[in-house]
Amino acid sequence: MTRKQKRLAVIAGGMSFILVAVLLVMFAFSQSVAYFYMPSDLAKSPVRPETRIRLGGLVGEGSVVRGEGSTVEFAVTDGGDHPVTVKYTGILPDLFREGQGVVTEGKFDANSQEFIADSVLAKHDEKYMPRDVADKLKSQGLWQEGQGPQAKATQ
Amino acid sequence: MIIELGHYALVLALATAMVVSVVPVLGARRRDVAMMDVAQVGTIALFSLVSFSFGVLTYAHVASDFSVRNVWENSHSLVPLIYRISGVWGNHEGSMMLWLLILTLFSAVVTVFGRNLPSTLRANVLSVQAWVSVAFILFVLLTSNPFVRSDPAPAEGRDLNPVLQDIGLAIHPPLLYLGYVGFSVCFSFAIAALLEGRIDAAWARWVRPWTLAAWTFLTLGIAMGSYWAYYELGWGGYWFWDPVENASFMPWLAGTALLHSALVMEKREALKIWTVLLAILTFSLSLMGTFLVRSGVLTSVHAFASDPSRGVFILCILLVFIGGALSLFAFRAPALSAGGLFAPISREGALVLNNLILTVACGTVLVGTLYPLLLETLTGEKISVGAPFFNMTFGLLMVPLLAIVPFGPFLAWKRGDLLGAMQRLYVVAIASFVAALALSYIEHGGPVLSVLGLAAGLYLILGAFADLWYRANFTKVGLRTGWSRLKGLPRSTFGTALAHAGLGISVLGVVAVSTFSIERIVEMKAGQSEDVGGYTLRFENLQPAKGPNYTEHRAHFMVGKAGEDVSELWSAKRIYAARQMPTTEAGITTFGLSQLYVSLGDQIEGGGIVVRVWWKPLILCIWGGAIVMAIGGFVSLSDRRLRVGAPNRRAGAKLAASLPEPAE
Repeated sequence: MTRKQKRLAVIAGGMSFILVAVLLVMFAFSQSVAYFYMPSDLAKSPVRPETRIRLGGLVGEGSVVRGEGSTVEFAVTDGGDHPVTVKYTGILPDLFREGQGVVTEGKFDANSQEFIADSVLAKHDEKYMPRDVADKLKSQGLWQEGQGPQAKATQ
Repeated sequence: MIIELGHYALVLALATAMVVSVVPVLGARRRDVAMMDVAQVGTIALFSLVSFSFGVLTYAHVASDFSVRNVWENSHSLVPLIYRISGVWGNHEGSMMLWLLILTLFSAVVTVFGRNLPSTLRANVLSVQAWVSVAFILFVLLTSNPFVRSDPAPAEGRDLNPVLQDIGLAIHPPLLYLGYVGFSVCFSFAIAALLEGRIDAAWARWVRPWTLAAWTFLTLGIAMGSYWAYYELGWGGYWFWDPVENASFMPWLAGTALLHSALVMEKREALKIWTVLLAILTFSLSLMGTFLVRSGVLTSVHAFASDPSRGVFILCILLVFIGGALSLFAFRAPALSAGGLFAPISREGALVLNNLILTVACGTVLVGTLYPLLLETLTGEKISVGAPFFNMTFGLLMVPLLAIVPFGPFLAWKRGDLLGAMQRLYVVAIASFVAALALSYIEHGGPVLSVLGLAAGLYLILGAFADLWYRANFTKVGLRTGWSRLKGLPRSTFGTALAHAGLGISVLGVVAVSTFSIERIVEMKAGQSEDVGGYTLRFENLQPAKGPNYTEHRAHFMVGKAGEDVSELWSAKRIYAARQMPTTEAGITTFGLSQLYVSLGDQIEGGGIVVRVWWKPLILCIWGGAIVMAIGGFVSLSDRRLRVGAPNRRAGAKLAASLPEPAE
């Protein structure tokens, strides 16, 4: 091979590897990315069951019901009229409390219409409000930086 | 008073850094020795001033001087001494001070070990280091001053975040910063080379030990952070593909690539421009990591201090340095002489492939980390990119790299013999496969995928040692001669073998944990037991207990095997008094390389408790592998060629190099 051909071969090899990587990234984005919703978003435009999403909001006051074993049900609300019931089996984070911000990830069950979460996040800081939740609550005037959620946010 | 002195020292440090960032560069242009020498004195002075300032802050924390706002916000008189010291960098301001301290430390080390560098190069390198120092001292003074007082002084502090009250905080950030900031030296060398418009193999030799040192510390820092998160967060996970983790992982990937490309440049004078670019990119990724972590633009599972209002300042630093460096690169790089080409099948070829895969893989991590931010800024839509994305992209792209790692050292420089390398490696490949089958059979009855994964890990480990075996030529020359030949090999060869084997050990751990681990969530009452991974976990009791600044409920478990108690463990739920903040302390017991991990949930009516139990087979391999990699790094650093310092190019260099201080 001449110098030029060699160089071309190296460049072509490199380019094809990068192309494979780009295709993989695009495929992975189409497959495994979860969108973030608040309960009122879901009331406006429901998502199909079995689609993976993140659901955020405040844990409804008095909504936590401990079921059998480590299964827990609670409502996620954002002050609107459409709280979403979430079912989760596992150990809740230390800072999970009624009236506090929470982000859950999971899917709506096709039959029961319940939201089955496989992960529940609450950050390790008592002042913490998940940023996604904070932004939306702020835009609705329900929460301000440095304060706990206002009482009327949860019913 | 002393607090004000610390503040004042930092202001003086700023002035010193400003002098060092200008005078030596001009001196290098004019070949003025006196001006260039300002760099050495100035850098040492800078380091002393920053150390003093850092010492004052540490003193304030140790003495619990709550009139200092930073201490009041992040400490408490009941916090044990060790956490008062580590608490210095357990907050935003303090951690930036640590950043600065390590940055100036590296500059000082360059002055001490760089005595045999050409004087213009040294002056330029130290000046560039000073530019970075100026930016960060300004950042600390203007936006994150740790010496602010409050009047009247509060009587009691607000306590250090309980999650941070752990030995992990004492070890993880300093190691991580030694890695992060260590790459600044490579960056400075790259910029200095561009300023001078000249670059050669000797440059690569000077840069390599810095890259190696930074890489080694970063490896340890990441592994330590991962283990800390594993036992502290109580979720049993060791890597979450969290943005903050990615922020430290990207410089590691780029740094690994840099380590390998500098090797090609040192040995073959090729890949010059690429190596310079990579040095710039690696430190840029470190800076970007600092920005992402400190600005709070990302949502993370880890506890760290952040304040969005400061993000803009770091973003400016980021733009100036990355933008400036890349413009300089674009402007000057064409002037650098390009290296020669080489055969695709050769050591260089393998290293180029390594660089291609590492940088592309690093690119996918970058895209996965930044895309959600970009999308939100552009469209307002919020998405989360998690483990599935990274497994699908990064995971798959790394597979070919794992396959070629053992080949590299077997191939000769210039022209390699692929067939020969394959002949030597097929024994290794078969042995790995058989061993993987055996391992998988012992652990379970194993699925195909895990066998392949285990084989990949073992193949890396055995391949690394096969390289040593063939180099010593045991098969031909017999044990005795082989042994003496093995002892005669350069240390860097052992370093390479250890680092590659370490990678294999980590792969082994990751595969074993992801395919064989067992998780149970059960309700337990006193006396009840649960079988997990061949062990029986028996819940004994739950008792209240009290620590220096917390109260806790401790659950006591006995671990049995075949009817006999072999171990015991405690798992707890704590409440830290000052912040009224609960934490979960996982109970972990180790069997060989595997661990049993117990995390507590809520108490249930009737005296029971929800317990989450994991059996994590071979999990210690994950961090053990990283430690082996780091040992490889240290062994390689101790290689004579690097220890003695950079060689000089005149005749008789060999003789000079054997002296402890080569005469100039």
